[in-house]
Amino acid sequence: MGPSGSGKTTLLNLLGGLDVPSEGSVTVAGDEITRMSARKLTAWRARHVGFVFQMYNLIPVLTAFQNVELPLLLTGLSKAERRRHVETALTVVGLTDRMRHYPRQLSGGQEQRVGIARAIVADPTFLLCDEPTGDLDRRSADEVLDLLGRLAGEYGKTILMVTHDPLAAERAQVVLHLEKGVLVDTVTAGRAR
Amino acid sequence: MKYGHLILTNLFRKKTRTALTAGSFAVALFLFGILAVVRGAFQQGVDVAGADRLVVVNRVSIIQPLPLAYRDRLARIPGVTQVTFANWFGGVYQDERNFFPQFAIDRETYRQMYPEFVIPDDQWQAFLGDKEGAVVGAALAERFKWKLGDRIPIKGTIFAGSWEFNVRAIYKGRRVQDDETQFWFRWDYLDERKQFRKGNVGWYTVRIDDPDSAVRVVKAIDEQFANSPAETKTDTEKAFAASWVKQMGNIELLITTIGSVVFFTLLLVTGNTMAIAVRERTRELAVLKAVGFSDGFVLVLVIAETVVVAAVGGGVGLGLAKLFTLRGDPTGGLLPFFYLPASAIASGLALALVVGLLAGILPAFSASRLRIVDALRRI
Repeated sequence: MGPSGSGKTTLLNLLGGLDVPSEGSVTVAGDEITRMSARKLTAWRARHVGFVFQMYNLIPVLTAFQNVELPLLLTGLSKAERRRHVETALTVVGLTDRMRHYPRQLSGGQEQRVGIARAIVADPTFLLCDEPTGDLDRRSADEVLDLLGRLAGEYGKTILMVTHDPLAAERAQVVLHLEKGVLVDTVTAGRAR
Repeated sequence: MKYGHLILTNLFRKKTRTALTAGSFAVALFLFGILAVVRGAFQQGVDVAGADRLVVVNRVSIIQPLPLAYRDRLARIPGVTQVTFANWFGGVYQDERNFFPQFAIDRETYRQMYPEFVIPDDQWQAFLGDKEGAVVGAALAERFKWKLGDRIPIKGTIFAGSWEFNVRAIYKGRRVQDDETQFWFRWDYLDERKQFRKGNVGWYTVRIDDPDSAVRVVKAIDEQFANSPAETKTDTEKAFAASWVKQMGNIELLITTIGSVVFFTLLLVTGNTMAIAVRERTRELAVLKAVGFSDGFVLVLVIAETVVVAAVGGGVGLGLAKLFTLRGDPTGGLLPFFYLPASAIASGLALALVVGLLAGILPAFSASRLRIVDALRRI
């Protein structure tokens, strides 16, 4: 958490290999990603990172199914296997009945759940969520947070989330506070350090 | 093909724009097809020319005749194996718009000289046995619905008077590009009836034993008749046909210029359209890269979209051009070989793909170089 301009999104981008630091290095789960070539970094991202964006960023001309299938196109899975994976991901987010719908036919909360399904379909090592509830009403936001909670609890996913929402932060196991690019506080399960 | 739907859905997101872009290709390739047909029509005489045939005309001008007596002297020149001759007639059938070439030919040698024109033996014998007989090309017969035995009146313009001929034979070309619009009749009939220049012919065609000796034989022929009242100018049949084309202007340059301007404009229009399309999808392309698609994939994706539009539009244009040519020569006989060959279709498609590729390269390159974080920040 942190005020606007504190570097939350930049940190997320660095951890996800979307951006490179002007100095220093970034090591994620033992991989020093700042030393990787662009090609290697792209492959690493595809394997290890699932992104969830504030604005959902679904491809408007693709159905929910096709949006979720995107990361799987990079794998060697057959069409039938891809279908199975996509259906599983959409089941997890509770949208199997909307798989043929286009993003414009979905509510904001549903779009975000499709975005989460896309993020988890290739079974990445961790999820990076950039204000995933920032564009949602309270009820939809709670649904999304519940879903993320289940992914962490039931499926063991590591989730890093940037948020301004104190209710979202309450659900986190560890809360980091940034200010002007500096880590100023770490709270673990309700305990400040 | 697992990426096929990505290409197609992107193309169909702006149907009007895609249709207009493909339409640009269709119009350009239709024009290309027609230009290729026109070029082919003018080049046809050059393309079908026999490598072992020379044409001998009067050095002053082709409209000046040559004496019939040259026939035997030509036949004696070393390297010459066969000689025939013909005369341009230039008559009018019913209406001046009904143009077709008419030749008075030497009945004894003309058929042997041009084996590419196939005439049934019995019809040829009927032609030989009728002084007013005529041989007509199959396309010409089809054009005027002539059949064997029909009597054809032709009004002479160079050789005044009313001439009438009996259709005794119909020839066909062995190759698709052989001219089937000619009208032949017997030179002896012309010479008998004409009032002036009796005993003269329009030009000679000679066959030589070896195409490689053409230069030597050409020189020998022209030297043979040097300083005579009717000096000759000899050329290979190909060069002779090419000189006819040149008389009408530099068709090749004209067609190349028109084609280049059209395709350059198409390149700019398509390139601009694709640049707009990429700009509109900046965020989506960034998302693709964020989920693991490489820069190279994005590059190929954008180029593939342009190439598909080019292929579809180009295919439609060339298809329409082909359909147009199937209706035959629209000029009433000026372009008897009105045909779009498969080679021109293949060249047109290749050209469309190259233009599509070039038009897509810059937008694709800029898409592939998008920085994900910058693109995601844009609204």
